[in-house]
Amino acid sequence: MKAKKFLAIFTSTALCAAMLAACGSSDSSSKAADSTAENVSTAEGGAGGSGELIKVGIINNDPNESGYRTANDKDLKAAFSKENGFDAQFSYSLKNDEQIAAAQKYIQDEVDYLLLSAADTAGWDGVLKEAQTAGVKVILFDRTIDADESLYEASIVSDMAKEGQTAVDWLKGQGLDSYKVIHIQGVMGSAAQKGRSGALTDAAAADSSKWEIVAEQTAEWNAEKAQQIVQSVIDQGKDFNVIYAENDDMAKGAVAALDKANIEHGVGKKVIVMGFDCNKWALEELLNKNWNYDGQCNPFQSQYIKEVIDKLQKGEKLEKKTIIMDEKGFDASTITQEDVDKYGI
Amino acid sequence: MPNKKVLPPNASALARITRHQIIIPLAALLLLAVFNLINDPSFFSISLKPNSNGDQILSGNIISIIDNGSELAILALGMTLVTAASGGQDISVGAAIAISGSVMLRVLCGADARAETLQAPIIVAFLVACLVSMAFGAFNGALVAFFKIQPMVATLILFTAGRNIASWINNSQLPIVKEESFSYFGNYIPGIPIPTPFIIAIVCFIIMFLVLKFTNLGLYVQSVGINEKTSRLNGLNPELIKLMTYVILGLCVAVAALIKVSRISTINYSVVAKDIEMDAILAVALGGNALSGGKFSMAASVIGAYVIQFLTTTLYALEVNAAALPAYKAVVVILLVVMSSPAVKEKLAVVGKKFRKNGAAAEKA
Repeated sequence: MKAKKFLAIFTSTALCAAMLAACGSSDSSSKAADSTAENVSTAEGGAGGSGELIKVGIINNDPNESGYRTANDKDLKAAFSKENGFDAQFSYSLKNDEQIAAAQKYIQDEVDYLLLSAADTAGWDGVLKEAQTAGVKVILFDRTIDADESLYEASIVSDMAKEGQTAVDWLKGQGLDSYKVIHIQGVMGSAAQKGRSGALTDAAAADSSKWEIVAEQTAEWNAEKAQQIVQSVIDQGKDFNVIYAENDDMAKGAVAALDKANIEHGVGKKVIVMGFDCNKWALEELLNKNWNYDGQCNPFQSQYIKEVIDKLQKGEKLEKKTIIMDEKGFDASTITQEDVDKYGI
Repeated sequence: MPNKKVLPPNASALARITRHQIIIPLAALLLLAVFNLINDPSFFSISLKPNSNGDQILSGNIISIIDNGSELAILALGMTLVTAASGGQDISVGAAIAISGSVMLRVLCGADARAETLQAPIIVAFLVACLVSMAFGAFNGALVAFFKIQPMVATLILFTAGRNIASWINNSQLPIVKEESFSYFGNYIPGIPIPTPFIIAIVCFIIMFLVLKFTNLGLYVQSVGINEKTSRLNGLNPELIKLMTYVILGLCVAVAALIKVSRISTINYSVVAKDIEMDAILAVALGGNALSGGKFSMAASVIGAYVIQFLTTTLYALEVNAAALPAYKAVVVILLVVMSSPAVKEKLAVVGKKFRKNGAAAEKA
């Protein structure tokens, strides 16, 4: 028995050690952050010069959630560094209660600014009132919350509906005789899904003589599920000429199914492939003319946040509370290597 | 399979089949097949067409099912053993696939996520992934076997941490394998029209069959699952056997990860093999295996796995509304699980007996 217990303890410690080793090695990944750091330094304002560090508490979602979030976290980390005049603390959680606890801790620490990307829209009134009485200024980024506007200074968000509209407008501009679309949706009910689905659904409903949704199904942001969905449409012998996938992964899965069935896709080919999020590899697919369109979901919010902080530091008033970020849509026929390097995440 | 021995030798062939637990997933499979046949006979059509590489491959709904259901079937092999021996399920297999796949890509691509050439042979990457995966299996197994933690709680640790570990392994980057031959495992080998995942699955089934046939593993696992104390008194080592089942599941995870990662030559840590643990447990349950451990039928679990995929593909073919898809799935699952519950089975057995008696009486008269 003893020997076995020893074995058990040994294997568990060995695994713990393996996990720790894995953590340690992640520090070396500063290479990819460089490009975003450059981005930020151009937007740097007067905040750095004042000599005293501005204390910020940043509450974000788990950076491992997606490539978008990883890029977002790297951008913030690079922007709110000591060199730029900030004393930043970070905490991550996908759960609202943990985020609220972190917010309370930051308020106790007397930070100047609280930057928040809320996991959930509800439940923030109490803690934001605490922040207000303590004189902590709250800036929301990436996600809005259901709370009174007076409780925060600014909210910097992506307009998902606009992203969808930009994409659909681009598609309309292609001048096809008929649009037979396979619509692959994200997790149902998520902001990105609702926004990106909305525009397409409206377009199809508005001109039903030209537009037909051949299949509409959720792949839950998952490449393999998207592959299965497209495969199923092909197996049923249905005709289609557009794949509208609500993120890059799903577009990739869909393309894998097309390749299996020997259906040509890309610029000047039978099927138009559309994705979202502007992953670097996806933009490379555009560059190689295998896909046609990729819509951006801008993760580089730090420069917008810094502008807001600069204004507030100088005592200026903001023109409006909700700031919608510029977001691009890339066309495979016009994209350049420069775009890939600059906007790829 | 082992529990055939329980039946009296003089039972008729029909009775043997109907009493065997495999009847449940088979009936479900038949039900789905008949439904599709009535709804749209072309569901079953299979054709030979070239893919974009110019190789002839089989395609059709049935091919999609055996292709996409293979990872699940492979996982069901290990999950059945774990369930039988420890009376609980491993809910970390999805996260473990993420880890295993991440390790594979890390070895293949080295430190550079966009390596143009492979940094190591695929077989080396696969073996390393197997070792890591088995080590994590051993971690789960040790918690369950030696520390006597409930399997679901023990594996909850890896379930929560696994996808983050997977992401750490590659510094949160998403490596892409450019090498063509790596995609063979999840797609097609040039010249072979059958999807490779299915071939891999068949190989796994054969290995598992041989192991169960020529070793006492099946018997030992069942006796540990039925009564741990008695099996100890009979000279078995329950801890070791439980640990072993988790390590075997770890191996199944590595194989499934190879297929998953190969399908699209990259990985997404947060969604790869998402919720597959629940499907794997469902496959075991659909196979009529007791989730509290004990006797098991491997073949029934495997068929259970393909039934789940059959259901998914059917729902896609029916163009069920995306938002309503889980509800449809739930209804079918409830039906199947209730059908295979002991209470219903007993009732059916009683009815069956009456029917047979009446039949015999009528014959005599």
